[in-house]
Amino acid sequence: MGGKTIINAAGREIPLEINGKPVIPFKGVGRHKPEGRKYAPLIPTCTDFPDDGNKLAGSLEEALLKCGLADGMTISTHHHLRDGDLVSNTIFEIASKMGMRDLVWFPSASFPCNDPLIRYLEDGTINRIEGSMNGPLGRFVSEGKMKGTAVLRSHGGRVQAIQDGEVKIDIAVLVAPSADIFGNAKGTGGSSACGVIGYAKADYMFASKVIVVTDNLVDFPCFPFEIEGNYVDYVVVVDKIGIPEKIVSGTTQITKSPDRLLIAELTAKFLDRSGILKDGVTMQAGAGGTSLAIAVFVNEILKKKGWKSRFGFGGSTRYMVKMLEEGQMGYILDAQAFDLDAVRSVEENPNHIPYPVFNAYNFHSKGNLTSMMDIMILGATEVDLNFNGNVVTHSDGCLLHGIGGWQNCLHARNVILPLPLFRDRIPVIVDKVTTLCGPGELIDVIITERGIAINPLRQDLIKSVKGSGLPVVSIEELRDEAERICGRPQKPEFDERIVAVIKWVDGTVIDVVRKIKT
Amino acid sequence: MKKSVAVTGNFGPKVRSDCEITLEIKHTGGISFELNSKVKALYGKSIKSQCLEILKYFDIQNARLTINDSGALPFVISARLEAAVKEITDASGEYLPDMIPENTNSTTRERFRYSRLYLPGNTPGLMINSGLHSADGIILDFEDSVAPDKKDESRYLVRNALRQINFYGAERMVRINQGERGLEDLEYVIPHYVNLILIPKCEDSYTVAKVENRIKDIQERHKISNEVFLMPVIESALGIENVTEIARSGSVAAMAIGLEDYTSDLGVQRTFEGLESLYARSRLIVASKAIRIQPIDSVFSDVNDLEGLRKTVLSSKAMGFEGMGCIHPRQIAVIKEGFAPDAAEIEKSKDIVRAFEDARALGLGVVALGSKMIDAPVVNRAQRTLNLARKLGLLNDNLEDTNQ
Repeated sequence: MGGKTIINAAGREIPLEINGKPVIPFKGVGRHKPEGRKYAPLIPTCTDFPDDGNKLAGSLEEALLKCGLADGMTISTHHHLRDGDLVSNTIFEIASKMGMRDLVWFPSASFPCNDPLIRYLEDGTINRIEGSMNGPLGRFVSEGKMKGTAVLRSHGGRVQAIQDGEVKIDIAVLVAPSADIFGNAKGTGGSSACGVIGYAKADYMFASKVIVVTDNLVDFPCFPFEIEGNYVDYVVVVDKIGIPEKIVSGTTQITKSPDRLLIAELTAKFLDRSGILKDGVTMQAGAGGTSLAIAVFVNEILKKKGWKSRFGFGGSTRYMVKMLEEGQMGYILDAQAFDLDAVRSVEENPNHIPYPVFNAYNFHSKGNLTSMMDIMILGATEVDLNFNGNVVTHSDGCLLHGIGGWQNCLHARNVILPLPLFRDRIPVIVDKVTTLCGPGELIDVIITERGIAINPLRQDLIKSVKGSGLPVVSIEELRDEAERICGRPQKPEFDERIVAVIKWVDGTVIDVVRKIKT
Repeated sequence: MKKSVAVTGNFGPKVRSDCEITLEIKHTGGISFELNSKVKALYGKSIKSQCLEILKYFDIQNARLTINDSGALPFVISARLEAAVKEITDASGEYLPDMIPENTNSTTRERFRYSRLYLPGNTPGLMINSGLHSADGIILDFEDSVAPDKKDESRYLVRNALRQINFYGAERMVRINQGERGLEDLEYVIPHYVNLILIPKCEDSYTVAKVENRIKDIQERHKISNEVFLMPVIESALGIENVTEIARSGSVAAMAIGLEDYTSDLGVQRTFEGLESLYARSRLIVASKAIRIQPIDSVFSDVNDLEGLRKTVLSSKAMGFEGMGCIHPRQIAVIKEGFAPDAAEIEKSKDIVRAFEDARALGLGVVALGSKMIDAPVVNRAQRTLNLARKLGLLNDNLEDTNQ
């Protein structure tokens, strides 16, 4: 690298070119609006496909060959099988044997089970990953060992990049717990059920070629299908697409940590006393222990007041399912199911509805679900004095997490980040985030065990909790307290080399991650 | 003959917010420093300069220092290093971190001691946020929760914790060891504004007097005079036999019963119903109430059984106990709620006090509520309940619910 750079609207220095393509710098929230028409996949002709609808290929290798796998192609996968996915690594194992070079892997997320891909990054089969990276894969990238530059996008940003042609998927390899010979597929049934497979929607609609891989071939029609067979080129049947106990957790659990419970309790109190909670309130919280505890506490308050939630947006868990089944929640709109109860519910309950991120987080869409939500509970590794948030890197600059839906969720009415003030000795409230993932203007409230900071842009919220007895302080006070306890951190040192870029939801570049000094 | 290599602190896959320090004194070659830390990128430089400063303070010029760190806060690092220095040298003096102003307050004899959270004295990770859980007191423990070979180093950690951790208004208590070691423990905490000392397995007033004299002696040497209360823990048949004289010793503000050791001393099983300790508990309560100190119940050891805890607290309160020890933060709320007056109790007390005031305003000598006559002790008890509710923040000064 070391090429020309520019300062974007968030004040971050970014390159003009990444992976040989020009970069659009971040312009501010809601400023970048591409014009023209959406990217379109190749025009298929039905006469090229078997009249009997049978698109079965003998093996994944055969299907990849028939799709014309070639050097430099972009291969997409979805992450609904999470850490139990047995297929995505196999794609590159096959590609490596075929002698392919410089492929781009475009997953909706990666998991520890994908660590073996480091081998194919090293041997040149894969040029780069455009998607989330953590664990050993994150460290590999952070140490500057990946040939290309990683591109990190939110779930919505991924859908944006597919639609405006920024990423052209050559082959989408989509695992499906159930499918028929025509390629209709769903997330339930079989031994690898994951509930919903909504992350695959943009992939199957826009990829040049689509392969569905299943271990549970059912008679046509596979219904209700989430992947439409009309978009599918080949169907491959394998013994096993995933390891069930690693696909969903048996049961998700609320946290037992007294410190986190304290934060969860404080968050529920804040939502109550600020008047954000109301009859019909809509909320999204993740599957993390603290978020689940908040959902449980909030439900207790709703019950006490005789209120209900109109709908919740999943990641669904047994706690949400319980609310649905007890009549405390009208509907679950669901992008992914996190535990067995959630998988069962989506199959049984007509009010538990698969709802792809394509419909919830889509920048190139005529409106979105997230901006209609009342309460959004999110995490972060760091938040700074301007309420900017970081979710992708450790404070030492090492890639740690994907963006997930985090950036997209920032558009909800009330964005609440319950966070510890420090983790071990690492301050969470800092002067300036190591990596900027979300602009502070979209982050409303930081709730720590040692005080609540409300974004000055939200004077309405500040007023609403005056005299409520809640420990409201300024974000500077939180930073000071963190530094008083932990000491003032030194700046981590970086190399010049850019190892990853962080995209904003609109496709512009909001920040970059540089190689760590080892 | 002192060893030449000291290893202090803790490090391992499950250890957080602590560090393990290996210090070897050398004769030549200056200081060699090696740091393995998850926070190296953020605090590597400051950890090094902190350690060099401490070694300089103790006049150590040649040494090999190795640190395995899992995010220890600065006061933990200095405690671990000072412990290592003291283990292998005759260095005198103390390397004291700043005393935070929040931890210099005194407490009163009468303050609530419903819930006291026990914290192992050599586990910094459990101490750091302990004050956030609204326990009336926190107990930094030197005794049963610290392994014998870690007892020396825990002194520096507890001392530094008293100076550096904000306990957010919880009473700062320390449980010392038994015997001579316990008296020596006092040297590390009395100069640092500890509020209350627990004397474990106390069996006679002589033991209390020894602790008290040592405290006075330390205070005179350090020219300080803040009040330090005592809470003897009665854990044996002999202790129960002597409980009245123990209660009478000067600075004793509360007495606790330790039922695990007591039942073991009796040679019986500890049961949920607690019939085997009924006499001991009653005796301790009466002895305490007779001279207006607080009787405190034993800890409830099953942290997962909150329902069992709730029942125990209610029967404790009904017997006359005024508090209980906690071994996990999640027990605190249950204990506080159990000991606090409940809604019905508060409402009834309000009615009684109002009836009394109305009658007085009308100049009536006899007060009646419904068909019941109310006499002075009843009114006094109602007043006490309302005062308690106010102090606990359940009522405001106008006797209105604060709606918590």
